[in-house]
Amino acid sequence: MILPALVYLGIFFVVPFYSLARTSLSSSGGSVYLPTLEFNWDFANYLEAFSHYQDQIIRSFVYAITATVLCLLLAFPLAYVIAFKAGRYKNLILGLVILPFFVTFLIRTIAWKTILADDGWVVGALGSIGLLPSEGRLLSTSWAVIGGLTYNWIIFMILPLYVSLEKIDPRLIEASKDLYSTNRRSFTKVILPLSMPGVLAGSLLVFIPASGDFINADYLGSTQTTMIGNVIQKQFLVVKDYPAAAALSMVLMLIILVGVLLYTRALGTEDLV
Amino acid sequence: MTTQAMAEVGTAEPKRVKGTPKWGDLLLRIVAGLVLLYLFLPIFVIVLFSFNDPKGKFNYSWQGFTLKNWADPFKYEALTDALKLSLNVAAVSTLVAIVLGSLVAIALVRQRFRGQTAVDTFLVIPLTAPEVVMGAALLTLFLDFGWVAGYTTIVISHIAFEISFIAMTVRARMRGFDWTLEDASMDLGASPVRTFFKVTLPLIVPGIVAAGMLSFALSLDDFIITYFVSGSTVTYPLYVNAAVKAAVPPQINVLATAILVISLILLAVGTLYRRKRIEG
Repeated sequence: MILPALVYLGIFFVVPFYSLARTSLSSSGGSVYLPTLEFNWDFANYLEAFSHYQDQIIRSFVYAITATVLCLLLAFPLAYVIAFKAGRYKNLILGLVILPFFVTFLIRTIAWKTILADDGWVVGALGSIGLLPSEGRLLSTSWAVIGGLTYNWIIFMILPLYVSLEKIDPRLIEASKDLYSTNRRSFTKVILPLSMPGVLAGSLLVFIPASGDFINADYLGSTQTTMIGNVIQKQFLVVKDYPAAAALSMVLMLIILVGVLLYTRALGTEDLV
Repeated sequence: MTTQAMAEVGTAEPKRVKGTPKWGDLLLRIVAGLVLLYLFLPIFVIVLFSFNDPKGKFNYSWQGFTLKNWADPFKYEALTDALKLSLNVAAVSTLVAIVLGSLVAIALVRQRFRGQTAVDTFLVIPLTAPEVVMGAALLTLFLDFGWVAGYTTIVISHIAFEISFIAMTVRARMRGFDWTLEDASMDLGASPVRTFFKVTLPLIVPGIVAAGMLSFALSLDDFIITYFVSGSTVTYPLYVNAAVKAAVPPQINVLATAILVISLILLAVGTLYRRKRIEG
């Protein structure tokens, strides 16, 4: 029963990564009109990836980590209210939370372009109360890109957080109060530790796609905010320098893998799935 | 992770915690309300701008109210074709992925076999690969095979990322089932075939339907992987992306709003249906 799916994933998931790794160690040859790839353990692609694009690599992870933290800060109060305070409106609010994500991700990002536009009301309002200098803008800044990343993946933070908060037995919180714990103490000693599986799952689900994204940087950013995803996309599909692009993809994948391992080790949760 | 989250959403029962001070409670509710508003802000803009009468090529700034976009939602043939293609890809890939994914999920829940954890991990890994890397990897594979990118490569790639989602969701739904019901049915003299259709299937179908809907939505929305493996074929998200570079017609907003409303109706009907079944 499991064989068909495993064979399928073997061919269209494992083998592609073999192809990718192989391409990343090849060098291009042939003419411009008939380019060829030759596999020859060419590690120069990796050196090039690091030396040429270290800015983009670092920027990607800074943006993705910032977006993950913002998602956590925004999602926690909402998930908490849905889990403990919403009463009979719980399912309605959950439905509302999911609803915006029925609109294509690209169109949502275009809407942010409109909201943050230089002649839009957000820039106007912030300017008039002095939070933004008169020539200041929101679009094409790092914060616009981080905001877009936060918005587009926050649902993946809200849902796991909600599930882990929902599982908490409210009697535990009452018990902590009966034992003279303050609200703050109940939160840090009972609620927060018990919500850790949600925090862990949520942050991985936000961080991984955010670090590889290129749409937000493309739509909401400028040439100063390009991420590693933009480079990979451009090298693969525009410049068609396959070895360099493949090497960059491998680097992205490896950094994420190491980061995820360290993070899961640090937070120590066994049941990730 | 998410799949489990999504599977467990909706089985909630109200819980109460006593003794939170009133003002802190109020503040918490206000913050949650603001976050909810933040989630909806772009949606308001999208719906509003479907009634916009843009002067130039781009539908980015408000010019005036009009109903003409709604009167002619299929004005741009390329947009309509792209949407149709995306629906086609989503339907075909979901059907294949449902068969492959559900079989794995059923096997994982019901049988004990060696290497189960390995299969588990193997299924999760595709969910953890960033889309840009997965797209790139599939592209190098198709280049190696010498396949021309197009409809087939898009469907193949979509199936590849859907299988894991479906397997995880179906499995999360099936975990708590009481499989002794099957034994009970057989003890009462039902044949294995009858047991399958009368007991097993009704138990697993809701999970499979939910997983299928999730997978359909993911496929319809997928841009990054599709972008790598599409060649010159244009799906709905790819059309939107090209539009951002050239011209954004308000019909994009009209169709997005229409999809939103249809999803809302389906969601409401589904909820009412489920409630009715539970109550009656």
